[in-house]
Amino acid sequence: MNILSLFVAIPLLMMLILFICKDVKQIRAVMVTGASALLVLAATLVVLFIKERAVSGDEMLFVSQIVWYEPLNITYAVGVDGISVLMLVLASLIVFTGVFSSWNMNMAKEFFLWYCLLSTGVFGFFISIDLFTMFLFYEVALIPMYLLIGLWGTGRKEYAAMKLTLMLMGGSAFLLVGIIGIYYTSGHASMNLLEIANNLHIPIEQQRWIFPATFLGFGVLGALFPFHTWSPDGHSSAPTAVSMLHAGVLMKLGGYGCFRVAIYLMPEAAHEFSTLFLVLTGISVVYGAFSAVVQTDLKYINAYSSVSHCGLVLFAILMMNQTAMTGAIMQMLSHGLMTALFFSLIGLIYGRTHTRDIREMGGLMKIMPFASVCYVIAGLASLGLPGLSGFVAEMTIFVGSFQHSDLFHRTFTIIACASIVITAVYILRTIAKLLYGPVQDSHHLHLPDAAWYEKISAVFLIVGIAVMGMYPLGISDIIRDSLLPIIAKLG
Amino acid sequence: MDFNNFLIMGQEIGLIAVFLILFTFDLIASGKARHWLYPLACLLFAAQTAFGFFPLPVGEAFGGLFVSSGLTVLMKNILNIATFIVFLQTYSWLHSKRIEHRRGEFFTITLVTLLGMYIMVSAGNFMMLYIGMETASLPLACLAAFNKYKEKSAEAGVKYILISAFSSGVLLFGLSFIYGSFGSLYFSDITFTGTDTLAILGFVFFFSGLGFKLSLVPFHLWVADVYEGAPTNVTAYLSVVSKGAAAFALMFALFKAFGTIEVVWESILWWLSLITITLGNLFALRQTDIKRFFAFSSISQAGYILLGIIAGNAQGMTATVYYVLIYVFSNLAVFGVISAVENASDGKTSIAAFNGLYKTNPILSCIMMLAVFSLGGIPPFAGFFSKFFIFMAAASEGQYLLVFIALLNTVISLYYYLLIVKAMFIKERESGAVERFSIDNYSKAGMIICTLGILIIGILSCIYQNIVGLSFGI
Repeated sequence: MNILSLFVAIPLLMMLILFICKDVKQIRAVMVTGASALLVLAATLVVLFIKERAVSGDEMLFVSQIVWYEPLNITYAVGVDGISVLMLVLASLIVFTGVFSSWNMNMAKEFFLWYCLLSTGVFGFFISIDLFTMFLFYEVALIPMYLLIGLWGTGRKEYAAMKLTLMLMGGSAFLLVGIIGIYYTSGHASMNLLEIANNLHIPIEQQRWIFPATFLGFGVLGALFPFHTWSPDGHSSAPTAVSMLHAGVLMKLGGYGCFRVAIYLMPEAAHEFSTLFLVLTGISVVYGAFSAVVQTDLKYINAYSSVSHCGLVLFAILMMNQTAMTGAIMQMLSHGLMTALFFSLIGLIYGRTHTRDIREMGGLMKIMPFASVCYVIAGLASLGLPGLSGFVAEMTIFVGSFQHSDLFHRTFTIIACASIVITAVYILRTIAKLLYGPVQDSHHLHLPDAAWYEKISAVFLIVGIAVMGMYPLGISDIIRDSLLPIIAKLG
Repeated sequence: MDFNNFLIMGQEIGLIAVFLILFTFDLIASGKARHWLYPLACLLFAAQTAFGFFPLPVGEAFGGLFVSSGLTVLMKNILNIATFIVFLQTYSWLHSKRIEHRRGEFFTITLVTLLGMYIMVSAGNFMMLYIGMETASLPLACLAAFNKYKEKSAEAGVKYILISAFSSGVLLFGLSFIYGSFGSLYFSDITFTGTDTLAILGFVFFFSGLGFKLSLVPFHLWVADVYEGAPTNVTAYLSVVSKGAAAFALMFALFKAFGTIEVVWESILWWLSLITITLGNLFALRQTDIKRFFAFSSISQAGYILLGIIAGNAQGMTATVYYVLIYVFSNLAVFGVISAVENASDGKTSIAAFNGLYKTNPILSCIMMLAVFSLGGIPPFAGFFSKFFIFMAAASEGQYLLVFIALLNTVISLYYYLLIVKAMFIKERESGAVERFSIDNYSKAGMIICTLGILIIGILSCIYQNIVGLSFGI
């Protein structure tokens, strides 16, 4: 079996084993083993990828195809380039840490069954190079969210679950019509990404409607303004691990899809529409940041911050040059890691204090030093402190987007840059209010610090953030060559 | 008369044989032997279903009145499988008080309707189509009124018979115009030119008549009442088998007889599928009774079926047949669960009765969830594939706008399907909710078949490819 198919096979296998698990210990054992296997697999893949790339000049490596629906030319085709390898690493890291963050779940069996299905969808999406399977896995990743939020969530969970599911499904309606459009207009009835990109061409008249459809379709998942409203409600109601996975990985599906499907296959239309979508992403970036400033619920702050950061991903993709796109990929990784860290810590704090309102908390640094230090690190990464991942990503994006010499792009770059300042405002305000100052509630005084499993989760993510911040060259090296075909198509 | 013609009607003859055996058995069996009626019926019908999978002679019989091809055999197999699952689901209903002594009637009447549907599918002549439709409709009204001591069931029967009579009237009226224009009722003799106004008018009437059977908007008004009033298993039969047969018959008529005026019916179908899908969905949103709810859901499903027909090519035909096949499994799983809950809770069919079902009956609620996900088109269940292919088929003829509207409608339908999931999994039990119960083995077998169908048909591409080999375009 192809090494990539293992990414789908392992979660499915985990699901099968979960069915026969009896008690919570067995469930944990299965989950930890499976998630570690995924993590090891991802690490192996990186090594193999670097080795293979040195000798092979192909755009995608480890490609394999199994014909599925022969009359329609639909295949199960997998393959990875540097970008998808990094996404797989991110996804497996977050799936791994998510298991530890949901150590004490009620109805653990059902929870992890859905959790595994969600992971299957995510991994499957990143390895697919066939539009049909890509879409299939995309939807597989969406639907478990409904029950995960509706059953294990908090607050207005039923409303949030329904809103999130329907909005994302609405997005996928755009996406599907776009995919079918690509299939028929590219001339050779093919669903294979590589074949369409390299051998076929979609006429520009058709691109004019297919590009917006696919870009919007993926953009909804990437929290593109004005379709971002599912994100704050959804992320704040979801249980910890689901928020982590959803904000950390699923929102990246949106960015990755815009990049891999919309822009890669329809470069001409991408140029035509970039202005319109740049305005929308610009609004996402600034609006998300401003909204985060006025929130008092920790999860809402982080969710709006995600809107802002993911807006930056799409913003950078639309700049369509090598530097900015490298930055976009880095931002996806960086945001994935730090938002997962944020959500795991918020889950930790909420599990102890039973409130997420920052006005009701204070002085947590004295009570839970470990968790608080981690929170500070996440905050600093988020506002772009050099040495951590956020700085690397945002720096690259802004350098890249400033390479455009016209007024429009420069103005928007400056506006987007300004969001960093706003980010600093809400991050520092939250940290000051939450971690320092007097303890607001005397019941909080005797709360325990992070347990061992929560520490594992936080440490892994912090290591990821630090590695990326200290050694960005390693990552940009993996990305660089994979961007070349796309940049070449964009001309 | 050439008796070879009867060889081609193998499945029909098999069905009549099953009917006669059951009828005789029902007449002569007494006392303990009557308990064997139900297993015997299931067994015989299983044999009849299996018979269809053997290679059968195909061709035209009686000078083209009756056509049998690989595709019609396949369609009849689909109808057989559906009927077989319905039979399996009826065990506890047929063994309830007041129904028990009429068990035999149920089977014989159902088999007669099925025979009518066979003829509809195989018709090569409008008169044959009409005879098949009538053979199917009249006994169906008896089935709808089968719980004759219940007011709603009797009402459903009356409504159904009035509507069928009316729709056959309309259909016949249309046929008279067509006969007037061409002097023949054979599909192959009909050669439209497009300027033939009388014949086009005839087509419109003919189409409306079939539209009633297929429950397209605006011919759908009977659906909710009949589905609600009829016994649940009969509702299942109506919503799957009767609708499937009507869809097949309509598709053959459009492709074979009206192929030359595709321009005319394409725009009619365009609008009808649009309003059928949309209105079906919008009305479903407000229902509180689960049978009415699925009545509207099945109306909107009929709209999706039209998407395949509208394409008018071989791909569209494949997608339509495939869609009906998967719809059979998904919808019958739904009705299997509904009838199980209804039997266990003394006839409750409100959605509120499903609140907290997961706590008491986890397996049933999981089956229901799979089924509604499949109806809503969620991967990796079979419904995703059938929806995808039907959209592909419609788009192959450039109907992108229609596909897009239909896709937006899947979002609405997902909303109300999720309401069912929410009731079962998320909502707390209320005082009226059903207790833990167990279901009989026949229903279990039926549900296992449905679940397997939902889970594996999409993954196995050979089934789709098999249909591709049999389909044809205009």
